[in-house]
Amino acid sequence: MYTKKECVAMLLAGGQGSRLYALTQNMAKPAVPYGGKYRIIDFPLSNCVNSGIDTVGVLTQYQPLALHDYIGNGEPWDLDKQYGGAHALPPYQTALGAQWYTGTANAIYQNMAFVDRYNPEYVVILSGDHIYKMDYNDMLEYHKKKNADATIAVLDVSMEEASRFGIMITNDEGDIVDFEEKPKNPRSTLASMGIYIFTWDKLRKYLIENENNPEEDKDFGKAIIPNMLNAGEKLVAYAFDGYWKDVGTLDSLWEANMDLLNPNIPIDLYDPDWKMYSRNPVLPPHYIGADAEVENSMIAEGCCVDGKIDFSVIYEGVTIEKGAVVTDSIIMPGSVIKAGAVVEYAIVGENCVIESGAQIGCRPEAVENRDDWGIAVVGHNINVSEGKKVAPKQILSENI
Amino acid sequence: MSMNRKVLGIIFANMHENTISDLTKERTMGSVMFGGRYRLIDFTLSNMVNSGIDEVGVITKSNYQSLLDHLGSGSEWDLARKKGGLHLLPPFSHVQSGMYRGRLEALYGVSDFIMRSDAEYVIMTDCDVVTSMDYTPIIEQHIASKADITAVYANDVIDIETARTSTVFGMNSDGRINDVLISPSISGSANLSLNTFVLSKDCLKNLILEGASRSLYSFERDILQARTREYNIMGYCHKNYFRKINSMISYYNANMDLLDSDKRKQLFPDNAPVYTKVRDNPPAKYAIGASVKNSLVADGCIIEGTVENCIVFRGAKVGKGAVVKNSIIMQDTVIAPKCDVNCVITDKLVNISEGRMLTGSRNYPLYIGKGAVI
Repeated sequence: MYTKKECVAMLLAGGQGSRLYALTQNMAKPAVPYGGKYRIIDFPLSNCVNSGIDTVGVLTQYQPLALHDYIGNGEPWDLDKQYGGAHALPPYQTALGAQWYTGTANAIYQNMAFVDRYNPEYVVILSGDHIYKMDYNDMLEYHKKKNADATIAVLDVSMEEASRFGIMITNDEGDIVDFEEKPKNPRSTLASMGIYIFTWDKLRKYLIENENNPEEDKDFGKAIIPNMLNAGEKLVAYAFDGYWKDVGTLDSLWEANMDLLNPNIPIDLYDPDWKMYSRNPVLPPHYIGADAEVENSMIAEGCCVDGKIDFSVIYEGVTIEKGAVVTDSIIMPGSVIKAGAVVEYAIVGENCVIESGAQIGCRPEAVENRDDWGIAVVGHNINVSEGKKVAPKQILSENI
Repeated sequence: MSMNRKVLGIIFANMHENTISDLTKERTMGSVMFGGRYRLIDFTLSNMVNSGIDEVGVITKSNYQSLLDHLGSGSEWDLARKKGGLHLLPPFSHVQSGMYRGRLEALYGVSDFIMRSDAEYVIMTDCDVVTSMDYTPIIEQHIASKADITAVYANDVIDIETARTSTVFGMNSDGRINDVLISPSISGSANLSLNTFVLSKDCLKNLILEGASRSLYSFERDILQARTREYNIMGYCHKNYFRKINSMISYYNANMDLLDSDKRKQLFPDNAPVYTKVRDNPPAKYAIGASVKNSLVADGCIIEGTVENCIVFRGAKVGKGAVVKNSIIMQDTVIAPKCDVNCVITDKLVNISEGRMLTGSRNYPLYIGKGAVI
């Protein structure tokens, strides 16, 4: 007889990530590469394992192939378990028919049987959109200490940013008294990080009620949280003050990668006590050639660098030929930057070929009107022929 | 690369370890670090897996803690299998097997394992040769030539130092081995044994049993050399890039070879990946002011200084203003700022304090033992 699990994690990984455009054309957002060898989903998964949570349901829906492949049996995160472990949970068919996940709450609702199998006291709801290191166990202890029904992790943001988030209004005790989704005039600066811990019995009840009410959105922020507040349940805010970054847009994905190169930004991937796990490529160490210049960059295994790299994040298996220049950019796995090509302030997707003389993006100083400037993006598996240009802000999703 | 005949792989993890005794003081030959992230056994084991062999026994003798640690269940080589898979075979596995003196005696010690396998053929190899080798054509040649034993060799120009630690074959025009020289004092062009042998399981079984009854223990001396006329021993010429590790200098040179892109491609072909234990390090990080030329750098390194012509293993750190040249820096070595390091091999977890100067020479690299603090 197996013992029950105290806490089960449910990771919402079905989002399309439409604001990542070409990068999420063929893969769900959580599968998007980040940080030279990771995928976004490695962060919540590693956080779970490091927090002692060994049962994780990963809810998938949009373009799940790359994601399912990546998660596999959960072995890279030590989540291949006899009892518990990582489980991909795509929508499924039942005797009553088949239904897509119609919202975050509905996705959990449809998988209540999965959670019930482990008979947990608590459920932590996570999303596959954020880069951060967090001990969910500390949050769970807080949830227990406060005798809460739901605990929401919050980050203190600036007043200007506050109107982009779900904002929690708390009393002196840290109890949530009100909640506003993207308010025009925020009454607080405590932004929801999309990390919730619920007492499972309570959440279960509200999920069923939500499902049975056709008027309501099937969403945590729009329905479950307000409903619980209105019913007088105890909701508390758990303050987090570490690094946390939403990588939902091309700009924020680029920034979050660049943050890794900034010694003043507190996300340390090299900390042996909070390792980030990922599926490791089977490649030799990278080679830096005799004429290469490499500064202030991260480079993964299997790369071959003969050109110049500055302020960039280079993923596994990338080739940068002699005379090529890559600055302030992200080059995703397997891409080739040919001799004489210049990549500046850009994201180049997986397995692209940038032929010699091509120019991807440019420095902000090089454009007259700053409004015309932005990160240039080349989607996955794209060839940019000799001498072609990809302008700043352009998102290339076919060969040129 | 797949094999339609069932083949059992046997790897000798300890053979030849006396040739690089500094590096094998606390580990087997198979667990000697190589090429920035590998152990020598990774090449042999990956060759087997890439050739479709999915049942492998690893014979060890002593010092095998690090080897067991490295291989684990074999999952990184896809060898954590219900049927077949990886088997670690330390000595003293049954009453009659103790510390073996040679290959034949070691095989006798694990004869139960060999007999239990349903393989038709056995390929035996050591960990002293770094190469990418497809075993499929060797097995095919073995079957086609109706040989009793097939021995893999390379035609190479060797010096007297190499010859002294090697076995060299003489052969007739049909490729049959008619002369076996063990540790000869010769130099020049020679058919150098790569210590890789193929034979049928039945043949091996007979040799093991006969060897035991006659107190024979050396496969090279008591079988290959003594029975050259009696048995049909064929040579198989391996033409790919290879390096034999039989001294500190050959170890150093074999590592430095990886800075040559042609040799690197031959050792790491796209269709034959070399598997190893993963360590979940982040990518290597280069700081402002770093200068790196002609070097192989593994994951988890943090480079703030100057690195030229080096092999830098996982998790090593080179501080600001430090200059490291022509060196092999093994995993988790820390080189503090302003050090000057040239032609040095640092073992794991070496700590070189600020401003130290260490110099070896290309034909006699300075070796610094595991965990040393300088």
